[in-house]
Amino acid sequence: MPLDDRYQLAFKLYPYARSTDQDAVEPVRHPVVIMGGGPIGVATALDLGLQGIPVVLLDDHEGVGQGSRAICFAKRTLEIAHRYGCAQPMLDKGVVWNLGKVFHDDRQVYEFNLLPEVGHRFPAFINLQQPYFERFVVERVREAQAAGAPIDLRGKNRVDAVDVRDDHVILDITTPDGPYRIEADWLIGCDGASSPLRKMMGLDFEGRVFEDNFLIADITMKADFPTERWFWFEPHFKSGDSALLHKQPDGVWRIDFQLGWDIDRKEELKEENVRRRLDAMLGPDVEYELVWTSIYTFQCRRMKRFRHGRVIFAGDAAHQVSPFGARGANSGIQDVDNLGWKLGLVLNGTAPDSLLDTYDLERRHGADENILNSSRSTDFITPKSKISHVFRNAVLDLAEHQAFARPLVNSGRLSVPCVYDDLPLNTADALTDGPARTRPGAPCPDTPMGQGFLLDHLGGEFMLLGVGVDVPERLEAEGLALHGLKVPAEGDMRDRYLGDAANAVYLVRPDQHVAARWPVYDTAMVRAALRRAIGKD
Amino acid sequence: MALNTTPNISDPDGFYAELLNAHEGLSDDESIAFNARLILILANHIGDRAVLTEALAAASKGDKS
Repeated sequence: MPLDDRYQLAFKLYPYARSTDQDAVEPVRHPVVIMGGGPIGVATALDLGLQGIPVVLLDDHEGVGQGSRAICFAKRTLEIAHRYGCAQPMLDKGVVWNLGKVFHDDRQVYEFNLLPEVGHRFPAFINLQQPYFERFVVERVREAQAAGAPIDLRGKNRVDAVDVRDDHVILDITTPDGPYRIEADWLIGCDGASSPLRKMMGLDFEGRVFEDNFLIADITMKADFPTERWFWFEPHFKSGDSALLHKQPDGVWRIDFQLGWDIDRKEELKEENVRRRLDAMLGPDVEYELVWTSIYTFQCRRMKRFRHGRVIFAGDAAHQVSPFGARGANSGIQDVDNLGWKLGLVLNGTAPDSLLDTYDLERRHGADENILNSSRSTDFITPKSKISHVFRNAVLDLAEHQAFARPLVNSGRLSVPCVYDDLPLNTADALTDGPARTRPGAPCPDTPMGQGFLLDHLGGEFMLLGVGVDVPERLEAEGLALHGLKVPAEGDMRDRYLGDAANAVYLVRPDQHVAARWPVYDTAMVRAALRRAIGKD
Repeated sequence: MALNTTPNISDPDGFYAELLNAHEGLSDDESIAFNARLILILANHIGDRAVLTEALAAASKGDKS
């Protein structure tokens, strides 16, 4: 098969360059190889590279594809990107929004305000075209490489075959200069929803396929729509069974129309037909230009297991959701956050190989939560039976005047980070009067601290957080050097980390999730919790 | 006691999913009959005649046709 581009590039970020591996007599062995140079693959390379782990990333293109695709990036994603050092350009470029309006026919039935809690570095959401997100991560990789991070991004390197052994994987790669072979101790599959790696390995991908098509049109226009999310059920302008209007940077608006199942895709994508729908929605006087159009269908499904020996899947390759709720790219970045430190500790021998099974466990838990929420949103937006349509419209009819019906209106439950409740790396909660939001398994909420924020100081390694209580500045345990940070028990810190407790000690994982918490400091308990948190128990 | 029209269900999405699930596989006529039984069961649970009258009025107002 020739190595032709399957899609147009928005940015050429990793042009093909010949690697010395291609001239090696014996296949070169690498600790970690990543398949797929999308946001999840590149972020994984960055996470590992910043830990000093040599990583090779292979992609069959030379950069990121056209099209806005994922546009809503959640606070947790920005916090993770901040830990990697690439959140600022995202925030600078992105559009911040808080207000969402829901319409049925020609009536507004409901509006919601994300009302971001104060005292966080990042807003609840930004809208940003996916190619920008990817570009900012790659630019951070280039900066890290210049500072010595052993990351090797190889464009136009298509993996054609894998041979998965017990303790390594052999990869056959095609390049413009012909084929070559490398070996990997660990292979990470970040090669997207239609993952060639998953297919090569003959692995399952189970769940629901929704029989509906959505037309996306990215347009530029000079119209004074406010920076809000507008969602229509059965819109009066009849451009689709539902419609969504959302603002992106560069004066671009994202518009989605629900088209139904039996459509002629080619016909619907003709400019005159796209314009007919847009004209009906925007009115005759609005001038606009089409930037990008596409038709998508979606599934809510996941692999049965994300880890298969030395092969680990992340992002869309492992799980897929409908777009309602912004749970695709946002959950993929949480996969990276979860996998990076675990793979790091296994590679340097600090933790047993079985720690990686907890990646599988924790992120399947996250995927299930996302699939549940996005399936429910999809069932509400695209009712599949007459009776579900009757109930959906009854909710919308009532919601305009009856407050009780509004929580039932579901145009997408927006992505919030997953809490790893009741999973084996957690130590049972010993701060019984502490806030539920910081229970073991939860991601640490941000709070202001000095000139910056708490999360600036957490992550990348295990840490002890003493809230109003002394903790050792440094503690050697289980082959790790734990750093301690004492913070005053006041303001948001008190609300978010103490509740009714007087003091608290938190053991925080490298991905900023709480591993354990106690009312007092006790070295033996910290050691036991750390052992547990790195999978030694 | 007046009709409570403020949100009162702790897990609205879970409830809605369970409600639709209960209709899964039913014909339109069976769904109508199911709804009728459900309304009667819930009405009996409420009991209060004044509240039931208020609920009937609220449901009529929601019908814009």
